[in-house]
Amino acid sequence: MLPEPETLPAAPPAPAEMATPETVLAVEHVVKSFGDNHVLQDFSLALHRGENVVVLGKSGSGKSVLIKCVIGLLVPDAGRITVLGQDVTRLDHAAMDQLRARVGFLFQSNALYDSMTVRDNLLFPLRRHWLAHRRAEEAALVRQALEDVGLGHTADMMPAELSGGMRKRVALARTLILRPDILLYDEPTTGLDPVTSREISHLIREVQQKYGTAALIISHDMSCVRLTADRVALLVDGRCYAEGTYAQLQALPDPRIHEFFA
Amino acid sequence: MLEQPLLTEAGGMAHFAGRFFREGFRPRYEVGEWLYQCYVIGYQSLPLVGVTGFIMGMVLTLQSRPTMAQFGAESWIPAMVGLTIIREMGPIITALIFAGKIGSSIGAELGSMRVTEQIDAMEVSGTNPFKYLVVTRVLATTLMLPVLTLLADAIALFASFVGLNMRGVTTLALYANNVLSRLAFGDVLPAFIKTFFFGFAVGLIGCYKGYHADKGTEGVGQAANSAVVVSSLVIFVLDLLAVQITGLLGLN
Repeated sequence: MLPEPETLPAAPPAPAEMATPETVLAVEHVVKSFGDNHVLQDFSLALHRGENVVVLGKSGSGKSVLIKCVIGLLVPDAGRITVLGQDVTRLDHAAMDQLRARVGFLFQSNALYDSMTVRDNLLFPLRRHWLAHRRAEEAALVRQALEDVGLGHTADMMPAELSGGMRKRVALARTLILRPDILLYDEPTTGLDPVTSREISHLIREVQQKYGTAALIISHDMSCVRLTADRVALLVDGRCYAEGTYAQLQALPDPRIHEFFA
Repeated sequence: MLEQPLLTEAGGMAHFAGRFFREGFRPRYEVGEWLYQCYVIGYQSLPLVGVTGFIMGMVLTLQSRPTMAQFGAESWIPAMVGLTIIREMGPIITALIFAGKIGSSIGAELGSMRVTEQIDAMEVSGTNPFKYLVVTRVLATTLMLPVLTLLADAIALFASFVGLNMRGVTTLALYANNVLSRLAFGDVLPAFIKTFFFGFAVGLIGCYKGYHADKGTEGVGQAANSAVVVSSLVIFVLDLLAVQITGLLGLN
């Protein structure tokens, strides 16, 4: 018998000022299939302002599909996804573009524009949203975003000249430059060595603390989960199988949960 | 090259073309990117198209000369070469060279952007990638190929003049008079108009193949390769249609 999320140990009492945290992202009963492959089946999850939630699951369990549904790259077959109060399944293209300016997305592959310098990569979203009106403003924002990720010296380099960890940082800087309210991380530490992976995990925490952003992190790297998660949602068989803090889930005897923490 | 059944492929391209007309003429207009693509697609193709045009004009002249000489019709060479270049060889050779250079380049570039999620990244950063990448490139190829064809025609005619003077003496004025006196609007206009369609086909097919690339680096190679093959084939089909239409209009 699979445990339902409500059977988990009670979460520690929240501080008084956090009693009713604002929900910035709500995934409600989302279903997504590709032919006979039912990837998400009645998946629900809420993300509150300033909180890091990690969706943990095996490879191929539908984590990336979930995050692409959230950002509107895929359309769910059923269910509702509300981001900053707007139902993304009902937004037209223009409204979706406006919303996307407030939601940063860090791709697993970084997705840096390889024909542009690091500076131009950062300027691209900035100019698309007309967020800086003078060259000096643009330069200051680029410098700040790169310094936030510890790569102030790389502005004139091409993505091909950077290491895997540096590319990840630049990709993060590109999402940070729009000062998003929510950050979506798709496997942020995949393909990185353990040291760089830890650095990126710490960077995710630093960003949360510095800018107060909420983050939905897709990962199966337990070190990253432990370092970044305020709350963990376990995605199994297309559903939110269990939810709680890292310590709470680790303490559960359920073998399907335990195999992640072993 | 056509991995998918022909009708599926044709339907996909027709849908893609429909999207181009639906989205291409609505704001926001990507003027900066379009101008940049005109520079890359037009200006940077000029040396290749120029060299090809020069060789085409000279070879046509040098090869036709002995045969024409047998009939004592050397004075007809400028008119014959002029008509051949302007009506057929200029547009078709330039379009094929263009398909090889630009079609493959667009297919590979967009294919690479697709498999490395750069197109998705563009979309999540609030940019319509179809407008930014596809509409700008298709408009640029549609407008630049006619310009390149005119330049290639002019260069080929000049090469023909040079070719004539390698074995004889002809003044530029006499040569120009011979060419122009045999040309009518019915020769020039349909040949010019069909190059817009050739350019549109090259851009659209290159973008379609790249935009729908998958299977990683192998998919990028396939996109580039099939962009050239399919657009070359479509150029010949369009040329055949153009001949039929001009025939019906009494312009052949």
